[in-house]
Amino acid sequence: MSDVSAPAEARLPTEAPAADADGRGVPVLRFDDVHAAYGPFQALFGVSFEVHRAEALALIGPNGAGKTTVARVASGLLAPSSGRVEVDGQDFSDRPAQAFALAGIAHGPEGRSVFATLNVEENLVLAFRRQFGRAGLRSALDRAYELFPALSQRRRQNAGSLSGGEQRMLTLARVLVLEPKLLIADELSLGLAPIITTEIYKVLERILEAGTALLVVEQHVDHALGIAHRVVVLERGKVALSGQPSREEILASVFGQSQDASMFGDREAAP
Amino acid sequence: MAGEILEYAVRGVPIGCVFALMAVGLVLTYKTSGVFNLAFAAQAYTSAVVFYEVRKEHEWPLLPAALLAVVVVAPLIGVILDRFLYRYQRTAGSLAKLITSLGLLVAIPEIVRLIFGSGSKKNPPALWWVKRTDDFLWPQGSRFVLDAGQIATLAFTAIAVTGLAIMFSRGGIGLRMRAVVESPRLVQLQGIDASRVSLASWMLSSLLAGLAGVLIAPLFAQLNSLDFFTLLVAAIAACVIGSLTNIVATFIGGIGLGILQAELAGFLPTDSILATGLRPGLPFLVLFGLLLFRRSARTSHEVTDPLSGVDPPPPPPAASLRPSWMTMGTRVFAVTVAVLGLVLALFVLDEFWLSVVTSGVVLAVVLLSIVLTTGVGGTISLSQAAFAAIGAFTTAQLTTNFNLSVLVAMVAGALVAAAVGAVLSLPIIRLAGIYPALATLAFALMFENVLAPLSWVSGGATPLTVPRPLVGPIDFAGNRAFLLLSVGILAVLSVAVIMIRQGTTGRFLDAIRESEPAASAVGINPIRPRLVAFVAGAGVAGFGGGLVASFNGQANYAANFTFYLGLVWLVLVITAGFRSVQAAIISGIFFYVLPQLLDRLFRWPGNYLTSNPEVSGVTKSVLDFIEPEWSLGVAFILFGFGALTYAKHPEGIIEAQTTKSIRKVLGWIDKARGKGPTPASEQLVTQVGGGR
Repeated sequence: MSDVSAPAEARLPTEAPAADADGRGVPVLRFDDVHAAYGPFQALFGVSFEVHRAEALALIGPNGAGKTTVARVASGLLAPSSGRVEVDGQDFSDRPAQAFALAGIAHGPEGRSVFATLNVEENLVLAFRRQFGRAGLRSALDRAYELFPALSQRRRQNAGSLSGGEQRMLTLARVLVLEPKLLIADELSLGLAPIITTEIYKVLERILEAGTALLVVEQHVDHALGIAHRVVVLERGKVALSGQPSREEILASVFGQSQDASMFGDREAAP
Repeated sequence: MAGEILEYAVRGVPIGCVFALMAVGLVLTYKTSGVFNLAFAAQAYTSAVVFYEVRKEHEWPLLPAALLAVVVVAPLIGVILDRFLYRYQRTAGSLAKLITSLGLLVAIPEIVRLIFGSGSKKNPPALWWVKRTDDFLWPQGSRFVLDAGQIATLAFTAIAVTGLAIMFSRGGIGLRMRAVVESPRLVQLQGIDASRVSLASWMLSSLLAGLAGVLIAPLFAQLNSLDFFTLLVAAIAACVIGSLTNIVATFIGGIGLGILQAELAGFLPTDSILATGLRPGLPFLVLFGLLLFRRSARTSHEVTDPLSGVDPPPPPPAASLRPSWMTMGTRVFAVTVAVLGLVLALFVLDEFWLSVVTSGVVLAVVLLSIVLTTGVGGTISLSQAAFAAIGAFTTAQLTTNFNLSVLVAMVAGALVAAAVGAVLSLPIIRLAGIYPALATLAFALMFENVLAPLSWVSGGATPLTVPRPLVGPIDFAGNRAFLLLSVGILAVLSVAVIMIRQGTTGRFLDAIRESEPAASAVGINPIRPRLVAFVAGAGVAGFGGGLVASFNGQANYAANFTFYLGLVWLVLVITAGFRSVQAAIISGIFFYVLPQLLDRLFRWPGNYLTSNPEVSGVTKSVLDFIEPEWSLGVAFILFGFGALTYAKHPEGIIEAQTTKSIRKVLGWIDKARGKGPTPASEQLVTQVGGGR
């Protein structure tokens, strides 16, 4: 798997059997030639990749490359306009988002993605009640607070008034306690203090060790490379690179030249 | 004294309970679906009518009657509304949702009348095991005696409150409902089916509305959907007490209003201006006062969905899709059609149709004010009919009492309406979210119930007469001359509205509508342009009102300017496409012409049979089968389709259709030219911005 793959046009949607041949079983999530659009705006043009059990895949690319759209399609928020999305080998292309969630795909969307008018505990109860029932609720809440102790001091506070880092923690706590098969983490480092980012990435490593697969959407190449086993580089809605390219290769692919990953500028506006 | 206070308070509690139930239902749907469902008044009315029909007309026992009216019919309406309308609007703005609910407020009572007949429904029964409300009194002989209706109200409110408390206790469906309002998608990511949660909340709140309707019905001498509007205002006031979010405060507020109303009824002398003015106006005054003094009404509570980016962007304005040759073509075509129409109207139509068309043109002037205030200014105003009435009354008073020339009096009417608008707008413009709509609703209903009947406003019970204009040698008394005058006025005002829309004020307003903070950040005062649009809108409405009065020969509030008519107009213009002048013109003409056309159409079979008695067999039975009353039904079916289209295209039907036909025409051009992307379709793609 150490090859740097050819551009997306040349890739064939036959990688899944090959992966099976590697003895890794059916991928948790598989994209097969996925196109997706927001009304008249098309954002993805034939994206294919897969994520296996206990594997961390990083999705890298500049602004407007389609990373968030991939995350949305992967969690059922946006139905693909063509192509196939598989969860555990089953076709999920036109299933609603709740079906993805019930199948163990957890999505922490980018930006503010907590229920701002509910307090911290209500946010968590909403997430846990269905899976654990009234009986298991208490222990699930305890696990969440143990994972992110900062939250336990703010149980009765409206989630909208939490700091950015705390909101991210709440988002993660909400999905992690459910022990998903795959966690889609969208732009975790965006707008957060480095120390909090580090803390959050530590938690990601812990759950990766526990067997959850990760799809990490990142602009920050170094953060992504620190945790990922493989990367997919997106550019203008297509897969530009995938596999295990070096940092230089990624930067060269994304920018045409090597430069510091944190110096990203806006190349084009997101839709 | 203290005893009396207590006695009146006890009397006020049951009606307060009804306010509270209705208000809790309103807050519930507002919190769970983002819809401030003004149609609750209509839903309450529906359940009351169903209960009346089965309990009184068909003499069902209490239990099945109550179950049908409250537990079956009421939630069923909720299901229909959610599945067929609001489902498509889950991510729409609050304006679109409010307009849909206004449309329903108008349409549902008509549908009910269509189903159950329009005969009067006297002495509605109580929700109790008695025939008449005073067949059961308790505690007998005490000064705090309650009748069956009041006892039923207290009992069922207690049951409803207990049920709600259990439902909203920790972690249950209540929590999910609250979460769905904020972001249905985020809820789905938790593995919860958001559409089912939303459906449940619609059923629950509709059930409360139905219960409130059945409970309050015995207070009215007969069932009339308009009475339920006023009930709605008290409920809205209670909601505002709870800031549209706090259910407990809303509930207490509702009961408090009931008590206040009862105290006023008991203590105010019955013959003073206070009694005639203040008492019926109380709910409006409370609502208006609350809106003015509550700080929370100034800041928008609308929490935007963090995942709203998943929605496709709103369609670009149709005009921007059009290549310039097509714009020119459309304009030439529109002017040609207008001129041809005018010539046709002037020389072909008989007096009857001429007056129908003129009514439409005159109304279009009033409707222009909706385009100006709501379309351009972005303020939802439910009081345009009241402004028109102010213009009409001023015109009438000035021509009757001061012998002023009619056109001058119309201008004075416009100025008075604008002045009233200015005074009102100072507080209203600062309100955020749906509050301006609620404040103008309060004003309009207060005008209708308190101000309009006063003789110094309207001239009393008999409408004042208004002559047709006479300018020098030109007499506009004839319908043809009046039509020409109205078309001229309409044209001038239309151009004025377009100039405002495309001028600096219009651009500023566009910016404010997109994002008020962003507009402020680049130095646009968010208040002033909206104020200008609101005041100008009031002025145009006032002028139109004067014109309407002059055309009809009198300033007749009940016939031309009621709150109900104002609602119909607003819904018409907005569903047609409230940003454009042609929407006002088309809606105005349709408002008068369409019902007449339908009426003719459905009367025709009967007339045909009468004049051709030799017709028999299948033809006769088919023609016999068609009833003239169906025209109303068809009108409302059309209305329903309009609502459905609007739910999917909040930019308006005309706008959506224009966009569609532009795409089609450009597509044809591409096909005709044969191959590949041609300049026409390329232009379309760059405008839309996609790469498909």
